[in-house]
Amino acid sequence: MFVELGHYALILAMLLAAAQAIFGLAGPALARERWMAAAPSAACGQFVFTALAVGVLIHAFISNDFSVRYVADNSNSALPLFYRVTALWGAHEGSILLWIFVLSAWTMAVVARLRHLPTEFGARVLGVLGVLSFGFLLFTLATSSPFARLFPTPADGASLNPLLQDPAFAVHPPVLYTGYVGFSVSFAFACAAMIEGRRDQLWARWMRPWTVMAWAFLACGIALGSWWAYYELGWGGYWSWDPVENVSFMPWLVGTALLHSLIVTEKRGLFKSWTLLLALAAFSLSLLGTFIVRAGLLISVHSFAADPTRGIFILAFLVIVVGGALLLYALRAPRMQSNAGFDLISRESFLLFNNILLVIAAAVVLAGTLAPDIAGALHLGTLSVGAPYFAPSFMVPVLPLLALLAVGIHARWKRGGLSHARRVILTTLVCALVIGLPLSLAVYGHPMPLAPVGAVLGAWIVLSSLVDPIDRIRRRLTLSASLVGMTVAHVGLGIFVLGITFVSSNSIERDVAMKPGQVAMVGDYAFRYEGVRDVTGPNFTAVRGTVTVTRHGQLVTVLHPEKRRFYVQDTEQTTAAIAPGLHRDLLASLGDDVGGGAWSLRLQYRPLIRLVWIGGVIMALGGMLAVFGRRQRGPATVPDAVPIAVARRTPA
Amino acid sequence: MIARRRRLFWVVGILAGVGLASALALRAFQQNVSYYFDPSKIAAGQVKPGESFRLGGLVEKGSLVRTPGTLEVHFVVTDLRHSVPVVYSQVLPDLFREGSGVIAHGHLDAHGTFVADEVLAKHDENYVPPPVARSLQQAAVVAPAHH
Repeated sequence: MFVELGHYALILAMLLAAAQAIFGLAGPALARERWMAAAPSAACGQFVFTALAVGVLIHAFISNDFSVRYVADNSNSALPLFYRVTALWGAHEGSILLWIFVLSAWTMAVVARLRHLPTEFGARVLGVLGVLSFGFLLFTLATSSPFARLFPTPADGASLNPLLQDPAFAVHPPVLYTGYVGFSVSFAFACAAMIEGRRDQLWARWMRPWTVMAWAFLACGIALGSWWAYYELGWGGYWSWDPVENVSFMPWLVGTALLHSLIVTEKRGLFKSWTLLLALAAFSLSLLGTFIVRAGLLISVHSFAADPTRGIFILAFLVIVVGGALLLYALRAPRMQSNAGFDLISRESFLLFNNILLVIAAAVVLAGTLAPDIAGALHLGTLSVGAPYFAPSFMVPVLPLLALLAVGIHARWKRGGLSHARRVILTTLVCALVIGLPLSLAVYGHPMPLAPVGAVLGAWIVLSSLVDPIDRIRRRLTLSASLVGMTVAHVGLGIFVLGITFVSSNSIERDVAMKPGQVAMVGDYAFRYEGVRDVTGPNFTAVRGTVTVTRHGQLVTVLHPEKRRFYVQDTEQTTAAIAPGLHRDLLASLGDDVGGGAWSLRLQYRPLIRLVWIGGVIMALGGMLAVFGRRQRGPATVPDAVPIAVARRTPA
Repeated sequence: MIARRRRLFWVVGILAGVGLASALALRAFQQNVSYYFDPSKIAAGQVKPGESFRLGGLVEKGSLVRTPGTLEVHFVVTDLRHSVPVVYSQVLPDLFREGSGVIAHGHLDAHGTFVADEVLAKHDENYVPPPVARSLQQAAVVAPAHH
């Protein structure tokens, strides 16, 4: 009976979402103040009931209630308590419920900041969020309720996929979803601005912190996913251009373009319609990503047979949300143009190039991700698109993007040329060459053709980003939160570029068959295979190997790769042994018993791979600093920056 | 007048950039996309020797042979109508199993053996990659007509 309570809570949440949508959108349109005041209350109610539904499902998992189909499919009484809770988002139904919960949590955050927005605008934002929430709740209740019962009740559950029994998996989906869903707030702000046909650019200032937050969460989520794949999938892969990875990467790229374009719109009132379009695109790609990953949209495009209602519902929802927003855009965006000019070499045009290149990069990824399915639908044969396409194509827009960043960061608003910054640009470039070239040509050696370029660009970005803040500190000027945030984020990007350059250029990977006592060389490192023995874990048995690694005769580490067999699912899983280090990781994974006393092993050396994730997290940190370091603003209709500037000018 | 020329400059510049980028992407696309074939299509002579492609099907039961003490492994991929011998000399993935679905990337040598440079066997044990499932369905539909 208890589980039905969760189902009822979802139905109530859906009705409240409908109320939130109607009051939020119709209230301002009909100038009914009480309706507008009702929208936040409906949002709060919706949050309470969504949280209740999540709580009920968690309770079902904890108490091993296998009469619930979703619990029976994804949990097991032998599963540790922690993973019984995280199994909540182990499959489609629970993920969509998590999505809804995160959406209502973002909505609550908007409600909490509502006094900073004009009443009508805030009500419209809540109205749009209500429409989205209603759609998702209807989808869950109609096609994929996690509360469906299973008769007869099985004695035990099928358990969670062993790959998902991992601490990173406990954090990765919620963080990633917080990022994905966060763009719904940007989307709602863009729709509200278009409904009102606002001619000012205040909406850009209101939208910006939300966008930066969502972007930062998404960056963290992607980094966590990459880290999880690296150590959990057993073979040391950290990014494989898999469709599931691509769909999280595309909204991030467009979101990056959006947060740069928002700066221009807020500061200079330019690019308004472009910014609006990016806000719609970022959320549409998030939506597409959610459905591709969790509902198998791509497969159901040409075989609806799997679950016809689900596929058709998704397509209808995408068409209504994205199509409706684009229609609104077509009607309203032309009115919101502005005609301020700017010089060819100015901060505006560098940010414009940033946007164009980021959108091209996202388009390259989108084309490769959808191509197999489009070809399949048009009967052009079954094709597969992988890293050989993505990696070089992605470089085409991204390399100029990085170089333009290192130069453009010194450009001024509106007009200017770069003559004032010529010395700084040349000095940083020379320093970057001095750091990057020896690093890639001598220290790591044998680079791929693009490695010196990547090393120099990474160093150049770090150095260029530091110029302005250091200059301001020397002149004893204050550092604004947004400057600190921007600097941290760009330094993070530079570190990321350095990491990805060296790990993709200088990694060594060897597959070998070894008998106990044999040695294989991986670069400077000698991997000596000592043998295997059987071990037993809590819910698996395993074969554990021992590999001793030495370098120039000195012991570096002892690795214990495992091949695990899980009882419940009867599946095998390779668990790589990783010796992490800031400057390099060493990996050993156990393959199979190949006969003759030998085992197959994959041995790897990955230089600077930690910088890839550290850089990503620093980027996200920069975004957070920019948002939370911001001065608390009063009612946004009064530009409060003026009195502060005046106050500062008075001598202390 | 100057404003209009500047705008023209922008438009031409952006169009040229976008055009160049899409031309390069299209080139990378044509060179690096691999097509998928099942053993029946190979038997029908749809694949040129030396061409890289993806082969999909089931690993035939009892076909797995290792050369002891080395990485070299031989197995047969079948779609239940035709079959292709495969040779591979790297570590096999976790879910590789006789009777299960598999996708391999590589090329045919002169003897008609598929030399694989990558073997994928993903997801849980019930999972058959969608293109493989379609090949098997077609085989099941066509096979009775032959006999």
